Amino acid sequence: MTRKQKKMFSRILIAFVVFIAALLLPAIWLPGPIPLISVGQDRNGCGGYALARWPIFLIPYLIIGWDILWKAARNIRNGQVFDENFLMCVATIGALIIGEYPEAVAVMLFYQVGELFQNVAVSRSRQSISALMDIRPDYANIQRDGQLVQVDPEEVAVEDVIVIKAGERVPLDGTVLEGTSALDTAALTGESLPRDVGVGDEVISGCVNLSGLLHVKVSKPFGQSTVARILDLVENSSEKKAQAEHFITKFARYYTPIVVFAALALAVVPSLTTGQWGTWVPRALNFLVVSCPCALVISIPLSFFGGIGGASKQGILVKGSNYLEALAQVGVVVFDKTGTLTQGEFAVTAVHPEGIGEGELLELAALAEQFSTHPISKSIVAAWGGTPDQGRAAEVEEVAGHGVRAVIDGRQVLAGNRKLMDRENISVALDHDHPGTVIHVAVEGKYAGHLVIADRPKATSAQALRELKAAGVRETVMLTGDAQGAAQAVAQELGLDQFYAQLLPADKVERVEALLQEKKPRETLVFVGDGINDAPVLSRADIGVAMGALGSDAAIEAADIVLMDDDLLKLPVAVRIASQTLSIVRQNVVFALGVKLLVLALSAAGRANMWAAVFADVGVSVLAILNASRMLKAK
Amino acid sequence: MKKTFKLIDLDCANCAAKMENAIKKIDGVTDASVSFMAQKMTIEADSAQFDGIMKQVVKVCKKVEPDCEIVL
Repeated sequence: MTRKQKKMFSRILIAFVVFIAALLLPAIWLPGPIPLISVGQDRNGCGGYALARWPIFLIPYLIIGWDILWKAARNIRNGQVFDENFLMCVATIGALIIGEYPEAVAVMLFYQVGELFQNVAVSRSRQSISALMDIRPDYANIQRDGQLVQVDPEEVAVEDVIVIKAGERVPLDGTVLEGTSALDTAALTGESLPRDVGVGDEVISGCVNLSGLLHVKVSKPFGQSTVARILDLVENSSEKKAQAEHFITKFARYYTPIVVFAALALAVVPSLTTGQWGTWVPRALNFLVVSCPCALVISIPLSFFGGIGGASKQGILVKGSNYLEALAQVGVVVFDKTGTLTQGEFAVTAVHPEGIGEGELLELAALAEQFSTHPISKSIVAAWGGTPDQGRAAEVEEVAGHGVRAVIDGRQVLAGNRKLMDRENISVALDHDHPGTVIHVAVEGKYAGHLVIADRPKATSAQALRELKAAGVRETVMLTGDAQGAAQAVAQELGLDQFYAQLLPADKVERVEALLQEKKPRETLVFVGDGINDAPVLSRADIGVAMGALGSDAAIEAADIVLMDDDLLKLPVAVRIASQTLSIVRQNVVFALGVKLLVLALSAAGRANMWAAVFADVGVSVLAILNASRMLKAK
Repeated sequence: MKKTFKLIDLDCANCAAKMENAIKKIDGVTDASVSFMAQKMTIEADSAQFDGIMKQVVKVCKKVEPDCEIVL
């Protein structure tokens, strides 16, 4: 509890004790009648004058409620009439006037207890959300005059060398100059496996250095470092409000005046016709207590804030409540293929030798391709696994668009596509229809087999797609610039509903627009890409999700939701968090409004006392806040 | 120009909503957002008159919630 809250707590205790004392106090006899504060009473058979109860109860009332009275007066002067302070004042003063002294004090007491509780609950959840996002580094170690000094990360300039000891947080982005270590990226990505770094590797601010001592050359000022950007993004996320939030603030603006006028009508109209002011005025006072919309106004942003906080703990950055709301209604998910569903790296997936051994085929291809920097050539060398010996290859000649011709160990070797084989009049036994790129190899003019090179799907892609379906996604679509065959193979392997191949970047935007037209009215379309080259598509979709964003500024900039690491499984997690947030929001709206309407109806019928009314105000707020704080533990 | 300010002792969510509405009505303010959760306020307004606008912002906020202080 803060100091302010502690002070309030002791005030409540004092008021409570005085209130109990006032309840138990025996009659105080006065020597004679005093106007207003004495009442005539029977004293041992003869007439006497006792102190009236109202001055006694006024003491605890003022102890507990003076600030409410003061605030109400001040707000009326400022033209703010219908605030809860004013409503509480009218309700309790009304109760005092009609002689319900203990009720007036109890209601005020109960109200203050509820307010305090609400205050504590909100600041607790706010703190725990901030703690989730606590990745801000406090200092950076820098060498000055041969000594290591701690400075504010903001003071460190680009090109400075900082020292990060084991257990410290990386304060700024940079490149390792010296040392090796393992970095814990959990605070950024939610990924628990540490990442190994050595000389020449990039390190990202916000990670924790687990083992070794690192010397790092700073590459960006603090304001542009990963950690500062992420914090900025999360802190500003509450600016983009969800429709539910807009609805509730709008609702609150009408709700309170309507209930207040209903109370006025309830106090006056039946009383004039029946003359029973004593029955109707207390009922109307209940209305006033129930009229505060705070339960709704607090708990809904809190639910969204909690959802965003819970997601960021998992390495999912959501740029606004509105995106969380939209994500809960996701119907179509469109994926970019390379780098999103697949690893974006080529690998040899099949070796089909003819007349020679598998190892020999790979070796020949690798030796022939060793000088090429093309990713496909590199993947062949990597698949072979050996260190290519330049001496074994001679007369290496690249045939542009076809492949490579070389003399390996004195034998003429050709490695390349079908066109190369045709050009050299080498018959290819079968026309293979493989997913991916096929590299044919011929030795001394004779076909020796082929290698299949493809971009492998990520290990988690298939599971992520299944989980998305389970989370309510109707359709999954893949877009790619790759050839039909390669695209089809990936789509089938992963179980996508639709795919579109051979698309240029501009075609992807058109496709997404067509899909946006086709989708059902109340569902949203999500586009998932790696943030490279797909910024226009990301912004065109209802929600653009960029993944593998650690270190990629463009992706953080362009997307609405950012998955910090490469794991597609984070997407179903995000959808689940979004749906859970929305269901808590709905629960809170229904619960709070339900209880309030119920108490209003019961009060009008004379079945609810002021205690019920105070419960419908602060009690409901507290319960709604507790419900909202469940989002902090979202998985 | 867009600027963010920290708020101290913003105690009630409804007040935050009221403050936001009141700020939006000030001349020269293009957009405003008061976040109860983050205890922050973001104001987008004409750069030339920003200081004058901020004075008005402080005034309307004092009216709605006198206990809340804006860190300028």
